[in-house]
Amino acid sequence: MTIELKHILEALLFSAERPLTTKEMRTILAEATDDENPGVAESFRHTREAAIAAALEELKVELDTAQRSFQLVEIAGGWRLVSRPEFAAWLTKLLDEARPHRLSPPALETLSIIALRQPISRADIAAIRGVEVDGVIKTLLERDLITITGKSDAPGRPMLYGTTQKFLEHFGLRSLDDMPKAAELRLQAAALKTAEDKVAGAAGESPENSNEGSAPETAPSN
Amino acid sequence: MEADYKVKLEVFEGPLDLLLYLIKKEEVDIYEIPIERITNQYLEYLSLMQLLNLEVAGEFLVMAATLMYIKSRLLLPEDQQVTDTEQEEGEDPRWEVIRQLVEYKKFKEAALQLAQREAEQSRLFPRSVGEVTGAEREVPLAEVSIFDLINAFNTVLKKAQEKEIFREIVEERFTVSDKIEEILFILRDRAELLFSEVFEKASSRAEVVVTFLALLELIRLKRLRVQQPEAFGEIHVIKVA
Repeated sequence: MTIELKHILEALLFSAERPLTTKEMRTILAEATDDENPGVAESFRHTREAAIAAALEELKVELDTAQRSFQLVEIAGGWRLVSRPEFAAWLTKLLDEARPHRLSPPALETLSIIALRQPISRADIAAIRGVEVDGVIKTLLERDLITITGKSDAPGRPMLYGTTQKFLEHFGLRSLDDMPKAAELRLQAAALKTAEDKVAGAAGESPENSNEGSAPETAPSN
Repeated sequence: MEADYKVKLEVFEGPLDLLLYLIKKEEVDIYEIPIERITNQYLEYLSLMQLLNLEVAGEFLVMAATLMYIKSRLLLPEDQQVTDTEQEEGEDPRWEVIRQLVEYKKFKEAALQLAQREAEQSRLFPRSVGEVTGAEREVPLAEVSIFDLINAFNTVLKKAQEKEIFREIVEERFTVSDKIEEILFILRDRAELLFSEVFEKASSRAEVVVTFLALLELIRLKRLRVQQPEAFGEIHVIKVA
């Protein structure tokens, strides 16, 4: 059997208990040795990440066309093999007890706010939701979906929260850019800041800036 | 109301959820909130929640105060309004609440999509047993928000009040535990009931309240679940096998 790169990767992913990044796979390829088949492991030593990515795409297509019961997915910055949704009925029966509960709407809302606005304090989350979030935060911390990422410089030095790797895995997201409404809600925070900067700048002097502002009635006619 | 059986049901939804619910129900534009109507409805729901002894967060009262303040300001002719030094001149006092609602609504929509992803993800099993993707296959019990339930409750309560007008006064005592038994008895050989059916025989306001509390308790105990096939439509009460 000729050993192909994509099949080495398939073997790694088959045995891995978590998503593997292309970088991790490259390190494994660079360090592996095999006394039984001299020269084989060595021939993959200098594989680049780009080649690994290409081989993974190829493997993905191969699994899809062969209609296997599992597929290759990109998740949480890495790759992993997962069963196809059509087989959920039987796998649920097999693995049911180990599965965690589905999250409640308030928990999902809080999580969306943290994911899109991190790092963020409890007070700022509560300001958006309009209600205290202490209980929900506790649950999310216990489930390892969020973590404390630091302390704010604001008065009282409140803790700041951010989402975890497990959060991305739980929702099958490749990265935070994959978050629903990411472009709109993350940009909005940035836009808000530039708008504030503009207001501060316009208050100084410079009439040229005023037509960029958000208030149309103050824009000069020419 | 009977004190024998206190239902402790925490309302996790906040005042913004209630406002969005009312805005959707009234089919009005978020930017054109009819403040008088929405404030009255908000207060009505708030008093129903208090009537039911639900654990209402303090934020609900803060929002009630804000709404009433806005309403009072809008009632005054413009030249008699107190100029708030913090606020820009002539700014619509509704603006702050609207801004908050609009932002919150977007996060709610993101959360809804996240729930969708969670559901899809729960059908994919990784190699490691149950550790990662995970979501229970169990159907969520609360497919209906607490405000939908309160809305349905309000309708039934109003009907009961109409009935009450020409009625002899008899002392009746209803307990939540009795009503729980009764609902379970009705559902003994049926899988499903309409929300309104549960209250069909209830003849007084007190009985409606107690029946509703029994229903909430059964939902909390996961004996029943509720579904609403159509937005603002009739709620179905389903027995959990």
